[in-house]
Amino acid sequence: MSARTDWLAHIVLGLGVLLFALPVWLVIAGSTQDSGAIARGELSLLPSLDLSAYPRVLTHGTMGTKPVWHMLLVSGGMALAIAGGKIVISILSAYAVVFFRFPFRRTAFWLIFITLMLPVEVRIIPTYAVMSDFGLINSFTGLSVPLIASATATLLFRQVFVAIPDELVEAARMDGAGPLRFLRDILIPVSAANIAALFVILFVYGWNQYLWPLLVATDPGLDTIVIGIVKMIGVETQTEWSAVMATAVLALLPPVIVVVLMQHWFVAGLTEGEK
Amino acid sequence: MERRTLFEGWFLPAVLVLPQLLLTAFFFLWPAGEAIWWSLTRQDPFGLGSAFVGLENFSELFADPLYVDAIVRTVFFCATVSVLAMGVALLLAVFADREIRGRAIYRTLLIWPYAIAPAISAVLWLFILNPQVGLLGRWLNAHGVPWDYTINGGQALLMVIIASAWKQVSYNFIFFLAGLQSIPRAVTEAARMDGAKGWHRFRTITLPLLSPTTFFLLVVNLVYAAFDTFGTIYALTRGGPGKATETLVIKVYRDGVVNLDLGSSSAQSVVLMAGVIALTAIQFRFMARRTDA
Repeated sequence: MSARTDWLAHIVLGLGVLLFALPVWLVIAGSTQDSGAIARGELSLLPSLDLSAYPRVLTHGTMGTKPVWHMLLVSGGMALAIAGGKIVISILSAYAVVFFRFPFRRTAFWLIFITLMLPVEVRIIPTYAVMSDFGLINSFTGLSVPLIASATATLLFRQVFVAIPDELVEAARMDGAGPLRFLRDILIPVSAANIAALFVILFVYGWNQYLWPLLVATDPGLDTIVIGIVKMIGVETQTEWSAVMATAVLALLPPVIVVVLMQHWFVAGLTEGEK
Repeated sequence: MERRTLFEGWFLPAVLVLPQLLLTAFFFLWPAGEAIWWSLTRQDPFGLGSAFVGLENFSELFADPLYVDAIVRTVFFCATVSVLAMGVALLLAVFADREIRGRAIYRTLLIWPYAIAPAISAVLWLFILNPQVGLLGRWLNAHGVPWDYTINGGQALLMVIIASAWKQVSYNFIFFLAGLQSIPRAVTEAARMDGAKGWHRFRTITLPLLSPTTFFLLVVNLVYAAFDTFGTIYALTRGGPGKATETLVIKVYRDGVVNLDLGSSSAQSVVLMAGVIALTAIQFRFMARRTDA
């Protein structure tokens, strides 16, 4: 390798970094500026030291919205419920499909597999109808539980479990481990890295939902942060821009932190799952 | 592939697989079945009953020039978003794969946008391109370029394309980088020794070896652009001005949830399902061929 600095690479990558950083920097800077000035078109890339918009939106929200801490709580609860729920039921079903032979095993697998082809977006109205039959409209259960079914996670765990050597199962059985102990003491620890990777992907997925909460929760008490901020930009007249920008920063932060902190597992898990 | 060592019994596995099956049945299969049924029936205007009308909803749908327009618009939107998002990502991945100083930092700085919600990317771009408050939007107007995506349909479409593609770049970057890293160094080194120069080497060696990744990403990006961009588009333009940014998913939502036209909306849902099934089938076909080879 040449010791020469690869300027072209630094320039291209630097521009790429800016392409993503600038829009976010702009809302960070804007959140410290005066709303009136922003409305007059005086948004600047230079931040001030005025952070008062943050405590203001956290405790009061903006006109007609719930306080932002409440929306963050709903989003966090929803993301954790979806990520946790998906991981648990997918491990259980993948375990059953891989390590047992039971009647209709293939049918069960295919039924789960089909959900890959039926995202919420293609069945908006009928899903709403089913939800209202169950009385799940405007409830936290309705917000999270229907999104817990997961073909992707089941397929991933199936792939991991299939690769586990027969000898390991044999040894566990010789030691007298029953199926549930084998699951708890061997299978789950062995797939810890996959679980971590999947957690990142699913947490981001849950946090970022928009259409689903828009559909099943009209009660402002169940507004997620993503729903809340779109409501805020919807009222274009007399919008409190610095408050909107502070909310945008707060909405971005949790999933970004999760991705950056768990980057290593996340990247490996994401690219391996698709082989 | 098939295990030889198994656990006995059928009751335990049935219990284990049950939660997943119940959720699938109630929230996926039942609604999908209902969509298909509704797409074949017509509600009477007073909601007192429904009549079976066969494929009439579908023939009306495809005879409607507005629907055909929405299909053309969606195809254009998906193609542009996918090409943009994949092109930029490939360019960045090629350079991030080089042995340069600080590449771990570059990677982190290019991967984090994966976490941004589609609707949030709309908010971020609003502050850049809005004609009143946006940094660039205001600059354009001040310099004699009339820019207002709230009244100009073409500009609105451009804006949702940019915001949608921007959000997807880091996902593609992760996969392209992984794809590039899995190409054995020996192959590219051999090409270098043979005197293949930069662009030529990339086009004849790297790109063909990367084609499985590219194909996989193409399908994922098309699905993303068709479905996941609902948040981006709805937050920025609601499908407007007029119908300028109305993709098929936005139209299902507008017709079904806003205008309560059950028959047409269900027929549209069924058409979308057919689209997703076709894309998924193509993808699995392709992946199966890859693993056989």
